[in-house]
Amino acid sequence: MKIKRIGVAAIALAAAGALTLSGCTSGGADPSAPAGDATAVITTNGSEPQNPLIPTNTNEVGGGKILDAIFAGLVYYDAKGAAHNDVAESIETDDAQTYTIKLKADQKFTNGEPVTANSFVDAWNYGADTANEQLSQYFFESIKGFSYEESVPELPGLTVVDDTTFTVELNQPESDFPLRLGYSAFYPLPESAFEDLATFGENPVGNGTYMLDGEGAWKHNEKIDLVVNPDYDGPRQAANGGLDIIFYASQDAAYADLQGGNLDVLDAIPDSALATFQDEFGDRSVTQAAAIFQSFTIPARLPHFSGEEGNLRRQAISMAINRDEITDVIFAGTRTPAHDFTSPVIDGYSEDIPGSEVLDYNPEEAKKLWAQADAIAPWDGTFKIAYNADGGHQAWVDAVANGLKNDLGIDAAGDPYPTFAEARTKITDRTIQTAFRSGWQADYPALFNFLGPLYGTGAGSNDGDYSNPEVDTLLKEGLAETDIAAANEKFQAAQEILFQDLPAVPLWYSTVNGAWSEVVNDVEFGWNSVPLYYQVTKSE
Amino acid sequence: MAGYILRRLLQAIPVLLGTTFLIYFMVFAMPGDPIVALFGDKTPPPQVIEALRERYNLDKPFIVQYLIFLGNIFTGDLGVSFSGQPVSEILMDTFPVTLRLAAMAVFFEMVAGISIGLVSGLRKGGIFDASSLVVSLILISLPIFVLAFVMQWFFGIYLGWFRTTVGPGAPTQDLILPAIVLATISFAQIVRLTRASVIDTDGQDFVRTAASKGLSRGRIVPVHILRNSLIPVVTYLAVDFGTLMVGATVTEGIFNVPGVGRTLYQAIIRGEGPTVVSFVTIMVLIYLVVNLLVDLLYAVLDPRIRYAK
Repeated sequence: MKIKRIGVAAIALAAAGALTLSGCTSGGADPSAPAGDATAVITTNGSEPQNPLIPTNTNEVGGGKILDAIFAGLVYYDAKGAAHNDVAESIETDDAQTYTIKLKADQKFTNGEPVTANSFVDAWNYGADTANEQLSQYFFESIKGFSYEESVPELPGLTVVDDTTFTVELNQPESDFPLRLGYSAFYPLPESAFEDLATFGENPVGNGTYMLDGEGAWKHNEKIDLVVNPDYDGPRQAANGGLDIIFYASQDAAYADLQGGNLDVLDAIPDSALATFQDEFGDRSVTQAAAIFQSFTIPARLPHFSGEEGNLRRQAISMAINRDEITDVIFAGTRTPAHDFTSPVIDGYSEDIPGSEVLDYNPEEAKKLWAQADAIAPWDGTFKIAYNADGGHQAWVDAVANGLKNDLGIDAAGDPYPTFAEARTKITDRTIQTAFRSGWQADYPALFNFLGPLYGTGAGSNDGDYSNPEVDTLLKEGLAETDIAAANEKFQAAQEILFQDLPAVPLWYSTVNGAWSEVVNDVEFGWNSVPLYYQVTKSE
Repeated sequence: MAGYILRRLLQAIPVLLGTTFLIYFMVFAMPGDPIVALFGDKTPPPQVIEALRERYNLDKPFIVQYLIFLGNIFTGDLGVSFSGQPVSEILMDTFPVTLRLAAMAVFFEMVAGISIGLVSGLRKGGIFDASSLVVSLILISLPIFVLAFVMQWFFGIYLGWFRTTVGPGAPTQDLILPAIVLATISFAQIVRLTRASVIDTDGQDFVRTAASKGLSRGRIVPVHILRNSLIPVVTYLAVDFGTLMVGATVTEGIFNVPGVGRTLYQAIIRGEGPTVVSFVTIMVLIYLVVNLLVDLLYAVLDPRIRYAK
């Protein structure tokens, strides 16, 4: 997962509306259009990585954007989020539990070392070992032998068969495992990296489309320069001569640079320009849904929110929220009203899951349900939604609270915490005694990733401590299906139950907004809202 | 003189200890766990949180953390940021940039402010004086971010004379625009200050004496009036320089200047204790040194001021 600080920075991600992908329209294939200059360097916005550039220790967009450019994993994701083999020749399984992974022959790191089965197995073992305290450690938790409690230097579930083959054994069948392998935590590392990872993290050596432009290419707090890796022969061939990622402290500064012609591709439009950027950049701009789901969670431990009474109240609250109006008026169309618990960019997404009517605005029904709940036990007190005040959440929380006041006739209010850190701490240690803002950005493009970690009993990010054995069973069955369509059916069935229980009340999906300059073409944004830089062409 | 300097330097020690303690305490008292925030909306396993807390000494009581920090400072170790970069290295990268920016801003405001203030003061009540009053009032009342955005748009995007933001390596020509923005606000203050001081000095006995001695106006103005009018202006300039050195967060953010203000802001947002405290410690030091220099400068400007042993 790439944290975009949904709390702090992701007010940035916004905007819904028509998909205006340039170069995809029929008129886009203009033969007279200048072909890209294969040596031209693309400049784009980024942010100073928060951690050394080690794949298993990077969990935020600043570092992730760089790692995705300089490493090639077993698979990569296309613009639609579908996974294709990159370094892998094949990934095979019969039971969704044991995978045999074959690598393409003669792959090299940019320091000349070969990419072998060991490059993957050693990197994964390092990332999984509790002793190494890697931020992306949890990605390896389904591999056999993994432990948070004790140090396991070599996972018994990973076996090297020969130079280009290894096997992975999981604790249980998980059919979406291959889908995860394009995430940066699963990138390989050269043997030399382990001599001194701190030094490596400063000047990482990868096997991807790009590589660092020499030692010290990472100029802290300023930029990082990448050039094309001549040895990379995978499917993500660069159509340009390199990538300069410039670190901006504010999106306004980046946007000004795009306007001033100092920046080629921008993947985040500042709030101040949301209303105007489409007029200004026209078909050189994009607004598309992101794999980010926003909600608020009502923990079951709150009084009046357990059992039958709780379900009625949750449904009533959900129906008393006018999502269309809020996304329209408060977010100026930069959010899309939610129709499920996942995201429209994910394969298998559906708007019409039975039970999703509970997300439609229906004040009469809401009142009725609330009255039924009152018949079980009369309501008292104030319904509060906690949020971090540093993330631009006040407007919608107040709007939701007002809606509840008007439609349900109850006392409702926002409960701001000054910082993201404080709100998250209270949520994590379970001392919070109100509903709270929640959100999820997908780690990899699969329905399960939006459901399992959030609503499975005892799951890592199940901050509301929701538990329903039926959901657990359906999620588990879905994971065991080797056929994706069959698996998605199980996940959608699980969502039907979630619509009844509403452990979190779905609100909307974020969207990504981007724009680019006149000199670049073929800009397309990936499922994770990051442009596919390798295919961008530039003419001067 | 030497004794005076020594005494001032000794005074700096308790000030430094006090400020670092206060800053450390405030960073410590900030609600919320920066380690939890590192994971965004995801909840990491408790073992992972514990391990990270231990690594950054966040599991220890406040006073122990502070003593560890102090001990490290005295051995020249300013700690490491979350991204693994030594804080001393970040300081070396960012302070020169801010120093150049501040020096340019102070230079602009000094040259423009003092000359306009001097002319206004000498021609008190004239058209020039009146119009400089209006212009400086407008500039004083403008919030700096409004000015910065307008200048960025007009000179950077519309006219295209300057780069919209500061490019990699912060070349001096890119710093001109942000320096002018920073200078503009103080420029107005300096005009007012110089004007008032010049009018005041112009009425002094020694100026009349100089004039009755038969000295030309061309000699009285620079030697007798200007020099004696500069004391409040120099104080203001020095304090302003100190303020600019500790970072112009807003302006540095808008123009993406890789300087102290921007870096410190990001460190605060991320809850990076060591970076914040080390930066502030250096800032306090700079402030103390600048103030000492100002006091010494008085003696140069006004022979009547002498620092006894």
